[in-house]
Amino acid sequence: MLSIKNLHVSIEGKEIIKGLNLEVHPGEVHAIMGPNGTGKSTLAAVIAGREGIYEVTEGEIFYKGKDISEMAIEDRAREGIFLGFQYPVEIPGVSITNFMRTAINEIRQYKGLEQISAANFLKDMEEAKKLVGIQSKLTNRSVNEGFSGGEKKKNEIFQMAMLKPDLAILDETDSGLDIDALKVVANGVNALKTDQNATIVITHYQRLLDYIIPDFVHVLYNGRIVKSGGKELALELESKGYDWLKAEA
Amino acid sequence: MANDENVLIDNVTRGEYKYGFYTDIEMDTAPVGLSEDTIRFISAKKSEPQWLLDFRLKAYQHWLTLEEPDWAHLHHPPIKYQEIIYFAAPKKKELASLDEVDPDLLETFNKLGISLEEQKRLSGVAVDAVIDSVSVKTTFTKTLQKHGIIFSSFSEAVQNHPDLIKKYMASVVPYTDNYFAALNSAVFSDGSFCYIPKGVRCPVELSTYFRINAANTGQFERTLIVADEGSYVSYLEGCTAPMRDENQLHAAIVEIIALKDAEVKYSTVQNWYPGNSEGKGGVYNFVTKRGMCRGANSKISWTQVETGSAITWKYPSCILMGDNSVGEFYSVAVTNNYQQADTGSKMIHLGKNTKSTIISKGISAGHSNNSYRGLVRMSRRAENSRNFSQCDSLLLGDKCGAHTYPYIHNENKSSIIEHEATTSKISEDQLFYCLQRGISEENAIGLIVNGYAKEVLKKLPMEFAVEAQKLLTISLEGSVG
Ligand SMILES: Nc1ncnc2c1ncn2[C@@H]1O[C@H](COP(=O)(O)OP(=O)(O)O)[C@@H](O)[C@H]1O
Ligand SMILES: [Mg+2]
Repeated sequence: MLSIKNLHVSIEGKEIIKGLNLEVHPGEVHAIMGPNGTGKSTLAAVIAGREGIYEVTEGEIFYKGKDISEMAIEDRAREGIFLGFQYPVEIPGVSITNFMRTAINEIRQYKGLEQISAANFLKDMEEAKKLVGIQSKLTNRSVNEGFSGGEKKKNEIFQMAMLKPDLAILDETDSGLDIDALKVVANGVNALKTDQNATIVITHYQRLLDYIIPDFVHVLYNGRIVKSGGKELALELESKGYDWLKAEA
Repeated sequence: MANDENVLIDNVTRGEYKYGFYTDIEMDTAPVGLSEDTIRFISAKKSEPQWLLDFRLKAYQHWLTLEEPDWAHLHHPPIKYQEIIYFAAPKKKELASLDEVDPDLLETFNKLGISLEEQKRLSGVAVDAVIDSVSVKTTFTKTLQKHGIIFSSFSEAVQNHPDLIKKYMASVVPYTDNYFAALNSAVFSDGSFCYIPKGVRCPVELSTYFRINAANTGQFERTLIVADEGSYVSYLEGCTAPMRDENQLHAAIVEIIALKDAEVKYSTVQNWYPGNSEGKGGVYNFVTKRGMCRGANSKISWTQVETGSAITWKYPSCILMGDNSVGEFYSVAVTNNYQQADTGSKMIHLGKNTKSTIISKGISAGHSNNSYRGLVRMSRRAENSRNFSQCDSLLLGDKCGAHTYPYIHNENKSSIIEHEATTSKISEDQLFYCLQRGISEENAIGLIVNGYAKEVLKKLPMEFAVEAQKLLTISLEGSVG
């Protein structure tokens, strides 16, 4: 599904990701952990195709067997890459409903499908709302405008449920959530899981991983994956912190 | 980073106007240039009464004493008034079918969701006599007649209702008002007249679309709307479809009079040719629009969506004369490429307890310049009056400009004037968020801009609002996709 080979990324001439390798197969859940500022969000943005400040200086990203380095952000999204944002953006005056309908119809158009019917769209919305436990009214409000931290994160998972991506990258979806909200979000992610899709969960607490059980845990440190293992690695990190990894990095 | 963002926004906004000009129009024209003879020619063509000719001539004499205003934040080569043809009755060359119409224009129509029938009408295709729109028109006219509503071309009204025209014409915008008002008063070609009798609530939106002979009002349009006591009307001017016009200079006058307890809602979409992406050509639009809330408890609201013209000079205003009267101005002005807009509103509070609201949303892209210019005046008599103004500017890219010039005069202590202004940019984060959901750059900008302008768009009548939304997206779209 996703294969990253020797990826190097710089921001304003400073190397942030320094030779990263990652293999993700359908049906897998990967967790990427690591202290603040190690490049987790940078990695997510680069997989999604963001340019601007991010400069890929070396390496390749293959998605579904294709090198996607030249593929536009929106086409990666239409091919099934979804990014749950660490800091979801406000879009004043644009209702979630309108936003989602626009997105879904553009994706459908890309795939040569006709526009979604109003009835099906509403049905999908109801299901997705139920899944993440968001109130009906919320989808009439402007995207993320005046949302609480928890509402913003739930809204990301709601959109994931609507778009049914093949590869979901969830960037610190757990931060700012109380334990109840965390469970709701985790249940949503688990419910969307199939053996065809894959999830990358980015977090720096192991707490989320009590609810979303990863097949693999990777530790990102100083721009490299310094250690990979099973879910027990998360527990180890929880008890020991990150400092012991300095030696390995 | 700033650079990439600019390239992106540049691509998205460097849209070409989707339509060129028709040529091949036979004219029945006045001699080139402006003189008393020209004015006599126009007046005679329209078989006008002597008093109206006298009015035109007085306006002309006054215009000769004036100088073109230069206070607006606008730059253009001098207008050569003696090289303009002031009267031309275009004989429409009808096309046999839509197949003969410029495919680009049809594409724009389709994007706007304009019906086939409407497409034919707008592009000058001969309309078959059996089709619906004719019967719709007839039903429409009957409905108005039943309520005693007068809705006709200005010229017809001069012939059929001279007393009303004499009484109200130039009562809100005298020919002495400003340079372009004087010019219009001297040479106005045609326009609309509308009268709503006492106590009548006009049951339909009055749209210039339904006015017989609406198509050719010329470049000096004149509109007069009179709402008698206790009446209500919603009036729509213009359309979202691209307006083709050979005339570079447009100087219109719109006057609204609301008597006691009357309400007038005036909505307009202006989409004249803005010139090409290098800033060549395009319409100069110098309009004087003013409403007078003459009676107590009357209300006038202006809603405008301005996307066209190379130059827009336009300040729809309200004179709040009656006690408790209300004036509103809601505006979205988009400028792209080399367009320039200097627009805003004046609210003149004369009566007690009068209220006004100004919501202005400027959107600038490309190398354009977008200025808000507004005046709020509370006279000494206007006790306990209030104004709220909100003027927001949205910038796409860093080559465009946004300016705000609010003028405030408060002559009494019991009145309150509030002014808020913001300037924002479409952020790269917002664009990335949209793109990451599979939305194209073009639609992402469309969504963000429409969200930004929502407060104004929702004031438009429903069908108009839907079209205006699409129009905003199209006005900013570029070579992408
Ligand atoms: N917009 C930016 N401008 C400059 N440096 C940035 C920017 N965004 C991130 N960085 C730097 O890149 C590094 C990695 O950031 P990030 O990927 O957000 O880390 P993480 O998500 O692991 O906390 C940090 O050192 C951060 O300061
Ligand atoms: Mg981060």
